[in-house]
Amino acid sequence: MTDLSTPSQEQAQQASRNSVGPPLWLLAELTYRCPLHCAFCYNPVDYTGHRDELNTAQWIDVLQQARRLGAAQLGFSGGEPLMRDDLEELVAEAHRLGFYSNLITSGVGLTDARLGVLKANGLDHIQLSFQDSTQELNDFLSSTRTFDLKNRVARSIKAHGFPMVLNCVLHRYNLPHVDKIIDMALAMGAEYLELANTQYYGWAHANRAQLMPTAEQLREAEAVVERYRKEIGNRCKIFFVVPDYFETRPKRCMNGWGSVFLGVAPDGAALPCHAARSLPGLTFPNVKDTPLEHIWFDSDAFNRFRGFEWMKEPCRSCEEKTKDLGGCRCQAYLLTQDAANADPVCDKSAHHEQVVRVVREAANRSAAPAPNEQPVTFRNDANSRRLTAAARDAAATPHNEGTRS
Amino acid sequence: MNTPTNDANAQGADRRGPKLSSLFRLQWEPAQDAHVLLYPEGMVKLNQSAAQILLRCDGTRDLPTLIAELEQTFNAKGLAPQVEAFVDHARSRGWLE
Repeated sequence: MTDLSTPSQEQAQQASRNSVGPPLWLLAELTYRCPLHCAFCYNPVDYTGHRDELNTAQWIDVLQQARRLGAAQLGFSGGEPLMRDDLEELVAEAHRLGFYSNLITSGVGLTDARLGVLKANGLDHIQLSFQDSTQELNDFLSSTRTFDLKNRVARSIKAHGFPMVLNCVLHRYNLPHVDKIIDMALAMGAEYLELANTQYYGWAHANRAQLMPTAEQLREAEAVVERYRKEIGNRCKIFFVVPDYFETRPKRCMNGWGSVFLGVAPDGAALPCHAARSLPGLTFPNVKDTPLEHIWFDSDAFNRFRGFEWMKEPCRSCEEKTKDLGGCRCQAYLLTQDAANADPVCDKSAHHEQVVRVVREAANRSAAPAPNEQPVTFRNDANSRRLTAAARDAAATPHNEGTRS
Repeated sequence: MNTPTNDANAQGADRRGPKLSSLFRLQWEPAQDAHVLLYPEGMVKLNQSAAQILLRCDGTRDLPTLIAELEQTFNAKGLAPQVEAFVDHARSRGWLE
């Protein structure tokens, strides 16, 4: 192999401070407001407690600071970022600064007129979410009637010449439709299809029993994906990642805490991972009063799980720790109540049995449940307030993850 | 086996030369001290050789011209095998049209 055949792997050092590299990925969560109510939304379940959004000037300041630090990829996300009427202005600024900008949207509110302005202002790419290949399930899971609208929006996105990623979150209801979902992406001309198996944080954790697939469903879906990959070649790149619960080693979450990813929540809280808000005992610095450079390099929140010093056993002495960095902090907390524990997806974790049990319970449920067989907790304001209050009560009394019904 | 028509097309494509796919953007990033390829939700950091080749993949040069230009610029000889291997790699990654 020649030095020309592969991209350089060496780490950039010159922008680093104490061997910490620059943030490369800025996720700007412009708002938690959203017209959809998806049962697997990754916004925090207590989002109703964080209503105070950054204004346009504050966001522009965040973009400028992040770009100076070295961020090159920028995601405009939410909630639904189109709920902000300054999105076009922020896109123009991002383009001026040299970001590669991605709009991550449900498509609701993406009119032809807005698409035209976004294109003219330099938006690079649009990721459009679908919930399923069928109207029935799409509309049920999002608790809206949006399937036809999304189809129209997909056509407009391509008509304006944007590269398009179609994103579909997978779970036990729609895994049997993976072939139809791929057909839909191909028919729409999507360059990428992200088949994102549900990760069980936030709202998805609240709906874990309903959403968890069976191992057999996953195997079948993976085989379908493999078959399509062979057939379609480079026409559409399909991503399919097996969900954590079905593995015995955790994933290297966010490529490492405070390693490349910097998220800014609607109210200005800076997060090393968009689910990190659920972790107790961490104070997330806010861009309203703290410079990004200080947040990234010096804050306690961003340094807490960098490196290996924070690790407990079995991670601390594990030879695989450099590979997976102990896995996901949010998952460790959700399942073991201690964010510094090993991600219990790892079968070396003393808590791994919890993951095994959840998968076993999923296997024992009927393979093709009706969507209405048991109540799903949709993401909405009323449920957010109810879950927030329940979590507050639970925090006041000792409890056990295993008792959640 | 190619038909004569396909051969003519292939020659036409060769004359146009390799061209970066419109899905990718190539730019210099001071913080990484490197050129990078940016694409939907992703980024590849390029080493210097890769960047120098891709910078010239704008469709205006055929491969022999591109190689000759690199050899002249960097005062080197016999770059063809390396450049061809990289261009194949870039095609397989979908970086080139």
